[in-house]
Amino acid sequence: MGAQQRIFRQQIKDTQSTKKITRAMELIASSRIVKAQAAVRANQPYARALYDALTLAASHAKINHPLLNEVDNPKRAAILLITADRGLAGAYSSNAIKEAERLATRLRERDLEPVWYVVGRKGAGFFKFRERPVADSWTGFSDSPKYKDAKEIAARLLKDFLLDGPEGVDEIHIVYTHFVNRVTQEARVIRVVPLEVVDEVVDTTEGAGIHGAEDKGGKAVWPLYDFEPDAEATLDNLLPRFVEHLVHVSLLQSAASEHAARQRAMKSATDNAEDLIRRYTRQANQARQAEITQEISEIVGGADALASS
Amino acid sequence: MADPYEVHLVATDREVWTGEATLVSFETYDGEVGVMPGHSPMLAMLKDGPVLIRQPDDAGDLHAAVHTGFAVVDGGKVIILAESAELAEEIDLQQAEALLEEAKASEDSDGKVAALARAETRIKVAKL
Repeated sequence: MGAQQRIFRQQIKDTQSTKKITRAMELIASSRIVKAQAAVRANQPYARALYDALTLAASHAKINHPLLNEVDNPKRAAILLITADRGLAGAYSSNAIKEAERLATRLRERDLEPVWYVVGRKGAGFFKFRERPVADSWTGFSDSPKYKDAKEIAARLLKDFLLDGPEGVDEIHIVYTHFVNRVTQEARVIRVVPLEVVDEVVDTTEGAGIHGAEDKGGKAVWPLYDFEPDAEATLDNLLPRFVEHLVHVSLLQSAASEHAARQRAMKSATDNAEDLIRRYTRQANQARQAEITQEISEIVGGADALASS
Repeated sequence: MADPYEVHLVATDREVWTGEATLVSFETYDGEVGVMPGHSPMLAMLKDGPVLIRQPDDAGDLHAAVHTGFAVVDGGKVIILAESAELAEEIDLQQAEALLEEAKASEDSDGKVAALARAETRIKVAKL
């Protein structure tokens, strides 16, 4: 076999083994999307119950909670950026980072200094490489986040929010990737704190509340409630839970998006490998054909030379 | 007697139990509260502790370990939402005891109290 042919055969083999790996990753990612979507769905009954409880408490308590009040003259704003721990997910992490940078620009226009909190090794690496300061970072759970991860992050964010003075932050934003469907995921920004009017939060829930109250337009009429211990304390306790919940949902959505992005990236890598294999096979065939043609013409030429001598 | 309550026990990661009950009892910061059909509407903050759900027609009592939860009682419904919740039969006693030992040995003073309360509740409920 000629040298040319050997090179092409080797290249085909290499590409085939790459293809096997990317195919395996594609399959793993697609099974994980299903799991991640199930996790998002499993959280919904809790989300609805929490919204209901929160509106209930808010409608009875005198709303004067630091988490609800706009800070006069805000100076620093926290950005919680959610990225992946591992690469090979196409533009997933870099889209989130870009969205976060746009948010930072908007904040700077409002004379706010962005303070970075980063989830995921990719995001942490991005900041480290550029030697940009990060207030805190968490890694190791981007593909299947648990509630306790969200709790830990929310605790840190709230601690900094409730801190007075130059070290504290006055607003909290989350940049996460929303899972629209398997094909589309988009980086989004939500402002967590100060919480926007609770009534608006309720409108975003699907279906009716525990009261079956359909009139979303007006304020629902609430029956008289007993509170244990009292409405204010209950609200004080519900609000941090709500922030934890928002972080949790963002992590879950991002995880589903990460798997979807990885599945797509690996699918196109597999397709590219197939194209390459096809091209190399053609080139190898051509090389083989050329060799045969050359051999024939050498034989024929040799026979002609002998015959004419 | 009024119709039995429709009870939803929801945790952050799943809907733990849904069904009917004639009595739901839980621990609040002011003491234990038992709720029977016809109870006035209520929103309560729960302590880490056991929740009892009595099913109608002598179908038996259910116990659940609930952590960082709230209970909403309204009309015909009781909703208990918690950071985590497990029915007694789902708790692995050995594993729960191992977690208790781990919590006792823990150095982290902030997490220790919560972890201890949590582990003790789970063991208590599992033994009920």
